[in-house]
Amino acid sequence: MCFLKCLYFLNFLDLEGVRLLTQFLQQLINGISLGSIYALIALGYTMVYGIIKLINFAHGDIYMLGAYIGFVCITYLGLGFVPSLIISMILCAVLGILIEKLAYKPLRNAARIAVLITAIGVSLFLEYGTMAIVGPTIRTFPQVFPQSRFEIIDGVVIKVTQIYILLVTIVLMILLQYIVRMTRMGKAMRAVSTDQDAARLMGINVDRTISFTFAIGSALAGAAGILVGIYYNSIDPLMGMIPGIKAFVAAVLGGIGIIPGAMLGGISIGVIETFVSGYGSSLYKDAAAYAILILVLIVKPSGLLGKNVREKV
Amino acid sequence: MNNILKAKNLKALIGIILIYVIVQALIMVGIVDDYYQILLVMICLNIILSVSLNLITGFTGQFSLGHAGFMAIGAYVCGYITVTVKQEFSFLIGIFAGAIAAALVGILIGIPTLRLKGDYLAIATLGMAEIIRIIILNVEAVGGASGLSIPQYANWTWVYIFTVATIVLLKNFINSTHGRACISIREDEIASEAMGINTTRYKVIAFAIGAFFAGVAGALYSLYFYFIKPDQFGFMKSIDILVIVVLGGLGNIRGSIIASILLATISSYLQEYPELKMVIYALVLIVIMILKNKDMTKFKKFITEKILRRQTAV
Repeated sequence: MCFLKCLYFLNFLDLEGVRLLTQFLQQLINGISLGSIYALIALGYTMVYGIIKLINFAHGDIYMLGAYIGFVCITYLGLGFVPSLIISMILCAVLGILIEKLAYKPLRNAARIAVLITAIGVSLFLEYGTMAIVGPTIRTFPQVFPQSRFEIIDGVVIKVTQIYILLVTIVLMILLQYIVRMTRMGKAMRAVSTDQDAARLMGINVDRTISFTFAIGSALAGAAGILVGIYYNSIDPLMGMIPGIKAFVAAVLGGIGIIPGAMLGGISIGVIETFVSGYGSSLYKDAAAYAILILVLIVKPSGLLGKNVREKV
Repeated sequence: MNNILKAKNLKALIGIILIYVIVQALIMVGIVDDYYQILLVMICLNIILSVSLNLITGFTGQFSLGHAGFMAIGAYVCGYITVTVKQEFSFLIGIFAGAIAAALVGILIGIPTLRLKGDYLAIATLGMAEIIRIIILNVEAVGGASGLSIPQYANWTWVYIFTVATIVLLKNFINSTHGRACISIREDEIASEAMGINTTRYKVIAFAIGAFFAGVAGALYSLYFYFIKPDQFGFMKSIDILVIVVLGGLGNIRGSIIASILLATISSYLQEYPELKMVIYALVLIVIMILKNKDMTKFKKFITEKILRRQTAV
């Protein structure tokens, strides 16, 4: 690997330099694995926003439910990681479709603000509904991976969990790219997000396409939920709130509606956050994400990968 | 002078005094106990917050999700001044200082962010409010995460006076030239700019005035409930205020007042079922939004049909 070679070269640096570098690389690894989870959630935000221009606040809570479904599968049903992941993704997809049909579809032509408040309502409903059922206690997520860790180079450690997180994320992202770029449904999704009316005139079933988008986004969120449960070892009914907003920040950072943008944005937010808590104060960790958001919105509202669209009168 | 003493204004004045006298009498008799007094104060604070947010979101059309941030600034500045300056009426200075601080922050935040539109502005203001909250959380002088205790200076009378003042001032602002300029921005920003309105300036003015009154509400909150924590001014508080504004109708002050009363009452009754409170609140929210949308479309259809019929008759 290229960066390993790099490291060996840099070992010629003095001790302090090596120490700083190892610290830097360690933070980077932690940041990327956290960021890839943000990216998975951000993908759902970006796809839904791209297709119906709705900030789906409930998305973060679908991710929370994904974690709980995974928890039930692993702890009570004794399933392995991969079956749990698949079950969680499927159930989350179904849930996503249900939410879309029940709460958002009646408001398809309503004012944006009304839909946004409905999304917030759905989010609160999922959070506190879950809390009423499972109780507000924080639960320990079972260990599914060995706790061993590899030392890539002196002092830089990568955990098995982190490798799995990266692997799952990469596989899911390739799958998503395949669906969006190569399949008929993907083509329909892109068409609807470009121009809903034109897509309908071309014979595309817009409602079904929107449902499908919700399904895919929610499935990804469900996967992210399980991964976070494994990464942090704990889950609670309100865990979706802050990562939800941060994933949205990631989506905006990368350029909302753009799928590679969400990946880039998610990983950037994860890395930045890890660096802020590693080098600065962890108290300001959350503020960093918002500060970046505001900077991006002011400097380049279309996001890192977005194109500037001129306003026409 | 004649303008001020119009019959309509006199009626309003009598109404304001009458409401106060009735409530005061009920408090004296003991029908309105402490529990209902807290409810009344909550209603008044909700009115100040929702009417001021309505100026930003309803009348000027700028979608803000950061009202709780301004409220936090008002509450903390007022609380800090009241605690440090121990004079008899230092809390009044505190209220104005809190409100002015909130307005200044509003201008500071407004100038860069108000160039954004729609959802982007909403998210940017949300981020700003969260940053304000996190900064307060890290300032030891105001207690950080453990909160700040303030002597209880405000009572129902003060809260009522400030509520009435807010409504009157904002109503007059909206009916003034400046208010009309704000409404024109909501209707069509490009057209109003073409008419020679400095849209950026008016957006910032509306934002600052809204922030000012949010600061007043925050200050009153800290003075009445005498204990403030950064958690109380989170994202959910902004949402609560926005829900009141949307429920009452964008650009409708009377609607905001009615919705404030309604929602404060609902949430105070739901207080008895702490586990299900938020679930019910969420369901009410979704159902109201869906029903409201349905009724509105029917209503619009009714209006267009009526107008169409009249046109064909002519």
